[in-house]
Amino acid sequence: MSTLLAAAGSLEPAARSYLSPTGQEIVFLLVGVLVLGAAVVSVTTRQLVHAALWLVVALGGLAVEFLLLTAEFVAWVQVLVYLGSVVVLVLFGLMLTRAPIGRSPDADSGNRPAALAVGAASAATLVTLVVDAFRSSWIDLSGPAGTTRLTGEFLFSHWVLPFEALSVLLLAALVGAIVLSRAKGDGTKPRPGNLRTVLTKTKER
Amino acid sequence: MHLAAAYDTLAFFGRDPWWLVLLKAVFCFAFLVLTVLIAIVWERKVVAWMQLRIGPNRHGPWGLLQSLADGVKLALKEDLVVKGADKAVYILAPIVAAIPAFMSFAVIPFGPAGNEVSIFGTRTPLQLTDLPIALLYILATASVGIYGIVLAGWSSGSTYPLLGGIRSSAQMISYEIAMGLSFAAVFIYSGSMSTSEIVASQQPTWFAVLLPVSFIVYIVAMVGETNRAPFDLPEAEGELVGGFNTEYSSLKFAMFMLAEYVNMVTVSAVASTLFLGGWRAPWPISTFWEGANHGWWPMLWIVLKIQLLLFFFIWLRGTLPRLRYDQFMKLGWKVLIPVSLVWLVMVSAVRALRNEGYDFTKVLLYVGAPLAAVLLVALIADVVRKKPEEPPAAAPPAAFDPMAGGYPVPPLPGQELPPVPRRRRRTPQLQDALNGADHSEGS
Repeated sequence: MSTLLAAAGSLEPAARSYLSPTGQEIVFLLVGVLVLGAAVVSVTTRQLVHAALWLVVALGGLAVEFLLLTAEFVAWVQVLVYLGSVVVLVLFGLMLTRAPIGRSPDADSGNRPAALAVGAASAATLVTLVVDAFRSSWIDLSGPAGTTRLTGEFLFSHWVLPFEALSVLLLAALVGAIVLSRAKGDGTKPRPGNLRTVLTKTKER
Repeated sequence: MHLAAAYDTLAFFGRDPWWLVLLKAVFCFAFLVLTVLIAIVWERKVVAWMQLRIGPNRHGPWGLLQSLADGVKLALKEDLVVKGADKAVYILAPIVAAIPAFMSFAVIPFGPAGNEVSIFGTRTPLQLTDLPIALLYILATASVGIYGIVLAGWSSGSTYPLLGGIRSSAQMISYEIAMGLSFAAVFIYSGSMSTSEIVASQQPTWFAVLLPVSFIVYIVAMVGETNRAPFDLPEAEGELVGGFNTEYSSLKFAMFMLAEYVNMVTVSAVASTLFLGGWRAPWPISTFWEGANHGWWPMLWIVLKIQLLLFFFIWLRGTLPRLRYDQFMKLGWKVLIPVSLVWLVMVSAVRALRNEGYDFTKVLLYVGAPLAAVLLVALIADVVRKKPEEPPAAAPPAAFDPMAGGYPVPPLPGQELPPVPRRRRRTPQLQDALNGADHSEGS
């Protein structure tokens, strides 16, 4: 990290200009372009598993962005949660259902224009929001801005409500998934692989 | 005091000249590869010993060069790429499996962080680097390693590797949760996620003694995470041919082998760092020998601990049969995770009480921890142990229903298969000629 900061050069107010970007800013922008490209390929490619892999590239690029902002904790949590669990689960789901090698011509949906509109609208909203919120303010990265302690203090003193709301959302998603995946109707269907309960049931009968 | 402050900010790290960083990185790599080479011979020898065989004894004295011979043999094999494979991913998968395996070794401390040794005149800690979040880094690299196996299974374009890949992804995700929970207890107790500070905070007592439940959970989870027996379901030969690496040959296969063994070494190193005192000398030695924890000696202790854990892996493989898949998932989700969660709550409660200044909590921990450990072992034994045989149902239904419950099922004990209808033979055979024509059997 210290080498990165050294490469970033001076962060004095006088040196802050859009016309003379530091090395760190250039890398940040390049990685950002890579993330955007990978994300676009991920939603446009016709190969299902490759789409998931491009998603890995996009999410990993985001982790690199966090690292460049010296937020080590967030960066590794990003790798652990998104790369290590979420996309692996996506791949897992793909392979349980269908994961053909090569193009799948039916990987298309009539919702394409709607998805495009929603995506564009949310992107526009986010970009406007972030640009408006930060304007031309600069973050001083030389301090302990991204340490675990500071992140934790911010999260659990200023952002507790959103944090808890998010966990409630995740819980709702979990419950919803269980409800959807439960078989409807007959409850007599024996669970596969559980011979013992079946046998005891027969005995009781 | 100054030393403690330096531990807090990790001021010992990031000061090495570039050549020293390079040297340490090369050392980590060489150490891993060498340990793997030794571990493969060691494994074959120990398993042979446990099974009353001789084991490899042709290459070098006592077969010590067997791994080198295996490596050369693998390198000389034909490098197959299956026709139906997704070529890019197929080539990428072994690389993705191998690289993260090496990465997590960067934060393993081989000695105290206090600049105690001098390498070519530069005083330096015996550790490549340390991060304030080293444990997260270890978990993250371990989770990236899953991709290698999943993608290898998928890109082979073949059924058995695909099944192996699916199994391994489910397995590693499940066991990573238990693993992370056992890590959490450690960093609640040590107050840090950096490996050097965790070792430093095991000053009087190892965490294996203070946090036995986390230790046991980690030991089980690390075997599951490395796909080793008895949890080697992704490569179960009897069920899946060879699992995710069935279609791989030559150096690509060697990469998977290497990744598996490097992962074993890495999780052993992590286990000794987090729970077994890291580079600290074991108890009786440190009492009478002051210098055991200084200079170059710590390296000896951690290497010994890693080797003992590797022996433990081999011992498990030689002893336990492979678990069935549902037993394995049951163990992960219904035993390890709930036990870890309860234990984590208990550890944080004790920690909070101690932060408030209560001292009786120490007694509580010393009493509660062994109890909890016994409970965990009992639960695991309950899952793994053979269930008593069910007495056969008293009166099996006389008629055999081949589609009982909606599934095609075999007959239960006592049930008779209906006679299989046979086609009448077209021409009288030799048997018929001898017995006289008798076609009543089939008609």
